[in-house]
Amino acid sequence: MGRITLDKVRKAFGDVEVIPPLDLRIEDGEFVVFVGPSGCGKSTLLRLIAGLEDVTSGEIRIDGTDATHLSPAKRGLAMVFQSYALYPHMTVRKNIAFPLKMAGMDQAEIDRRVDGAAKVLNLSSYIDRRPGQLSGGQRQRVAIGRAIVREPSAFLFDEPLSNLDAALRVGMRLEISELHKRLATTMIYVTHDQVEAMTMADKIVVLRAGHIEQVGSPLELYRTPRNTFVAGFIGSPKMNLIEGAEAEKHGAHTIGVRPEHFQISTEGGTWTGTIGVSEHLGSDTFFHVTVPGFAEPLTIRAGGEVDLHYGDTIHLTPDASQIHRFDAKGLRLP
Amino acid sequence: MARAVTTQRKIVFTALAWGIGLMIFFPILWTILTSFKTEATAIADPPVFFNFDWTLENYQVVQERSDYMRYLWNSVALALGSTFLGILIAVPAAWSMAFVPTRRTKNVLLWMLSTKMLPAVGVLYPIRLILIQLGLLDSKIALIFILMLINLPIIIWMLYTYFREIPGEILEAARMDGATLKDEILYVLTPMAIPGIASTVLLNIILAWNEAFWTLTLTTVNAAPLTAFIASYSSPEGLFYAKLSAASTMAIAPILIMGWFSQKQLVRGLTFGAVK
Repeated sequence: MGRITLDKVRKAFGDVEVIPPLDLRIEDGEFVVFVGPSGCGKSTLLRLIAGLEDVTSGEIRIDGTDATHLSPAKRGLAMVFQSYALYPHMTVRKNIAFPLKMAGMDQAEIDRRVDGAAKVLNLSSYIDRRPGQLSGGQRQRVAIGRAIVREPSAFLFDEPLSNLDAALRVGMRLEISELHKRLATTMIYVTHDQVEAMTMADKIVVLRAGHIEQVGSPLELYRTPRNTFVAGFIGSPKMNLIEGAEAEKHGAHTIGVRPEHFQISTEGGTWTGTIGVSEHLGSDTFFHVTVPGFAEPLTIRAGGEVDLHYGDTIHLTPDASQIHRFDAKGLRLP
Repeated sequence: MARAVTTQRKIVFTALAWGIGLMIFFPILWTILTSFKTEATAIADPPVFFNFDWTLENYQVVQERSDYMRYLWNSVALALGSTFLGILIAVPAAWSMAFVPTRRTKNVLLWMLSTKMLPAVGVLYPIRLILIQLGLLDSKIALIFILMLINLPIIIWMLYTYFREIPGEILEAARMDGATLKDEILYVLTPMAIPGIASTVLLNIILAWNEAFWTLTLTTVNAAPLTAFIASYSSPEGLFYAKLSAASTMAIAPILIMGWFSQKQLVRGLTFGAVK
């Protein structure tokens, strides 16, 4: 079981309030991703749940019992750190066995579990090496191995992939998702990368300055962002946010249209602009289009085969059903 | 072509390095050689290098005239005693500064280092007077304490830099893994800190062994270490180069041998913070 409830949890460092009172429910078996720009308090929130930081006020319950003042070890959670935090003087085997040894488990059981984890994570061939002799991806696997042998009620991941190169990151992302499907254990995952959030999460928690901006499934956040911040943060490339006269036509202060929700034409459309930089990804092309009267260029997603170039004139028609409307405070209008 | 230049440069630099190394080592080599000569050969002009009658006579005389073992024992006691005491104080001090720093930690570190800038002779008389008052002049206890104090800033700095290298996340990982404070110290911190502590101990032993200001000015007979032993051969009875060399060789031999066997550890220790 791994149901975690935060009730009015607040954290301040001296006079600086990094997390204003905050409520959150994480259901058993969920994959929850905390996402937000750096400094938004997502790591602090994770560390509060882990018990590595004390809450200033409020209550944290794990499976119904009050864990607010329990030591990290007593909470039954396992954590994977950004720097992996492996014990450099121990072999892979000893690293993975460490939490079990601390729990006073008998040696036969320790060996059984370590071998099991090593097999699952493909660590068996370098089980007797030290962390210094491993690559980044291998170290990350050892860190995950150390977490899974404990059979915790929830896993906490603190930006675990940010030290890996791009190709490895995609691979490890899949492995972690796979692991979640197999173990069906609650996972809380912190990242600043919205692609990781979208691809892995059952539920995304978008944070800004310690506040929860929105909680929902990836597609909920994509389809109905609650405010301009979430609208701009979720989705890649970013949603185009347009203010002024064009927005007023729709009875809003700001309207948002995602790059993929435009019809493009060389003959005619709602808006007319000039193509600036275009980014060809093969499958897609992203055009950056300057439209007279708009504060910022629009980003338009087109197919890979579209034959338009720098300086060409382009006509754009936003898909009427896909226009997001926001008021002057940035909140979504119905 | 480029390769040829590189090889040439390599040869030049190797030769240069050896040249400088030999130049630095030469006085020690000369001292050792002289210690095996007779007094007459020792001052021969032109000097002789290897083709002389090697004799152990100087060592015999030195041993008969002064009790080498007693000086040696004093040196060992001072070096080990002050190092042990220093480590006992420095480990917790550096520990708390590295892991629980406050706003003033940096200032405290700088202040400690600044005490090394004071010329030792400036406090010679106050310290002498205090020791006389306490009846501790020429006592090992007093010297152990003073040597510990003068080296303390350096060893705290060294340990501080070592401990700073231990990432906080590893300690947090241990806490998540269920390690108690005792387990954390026993299984995680100590194994990671031991190489650093070992090099600090080695360096401190060498510093204490070689210290010659306080050991000469605050001792006469009872607490006199090898520095005083060498000094006693320097001038009063004329220039007995061979015997002086024998005494010097006997005094530096232990530390030279220790340094030789631990050089890998020492170099690693001294460059630990620098490379990475």
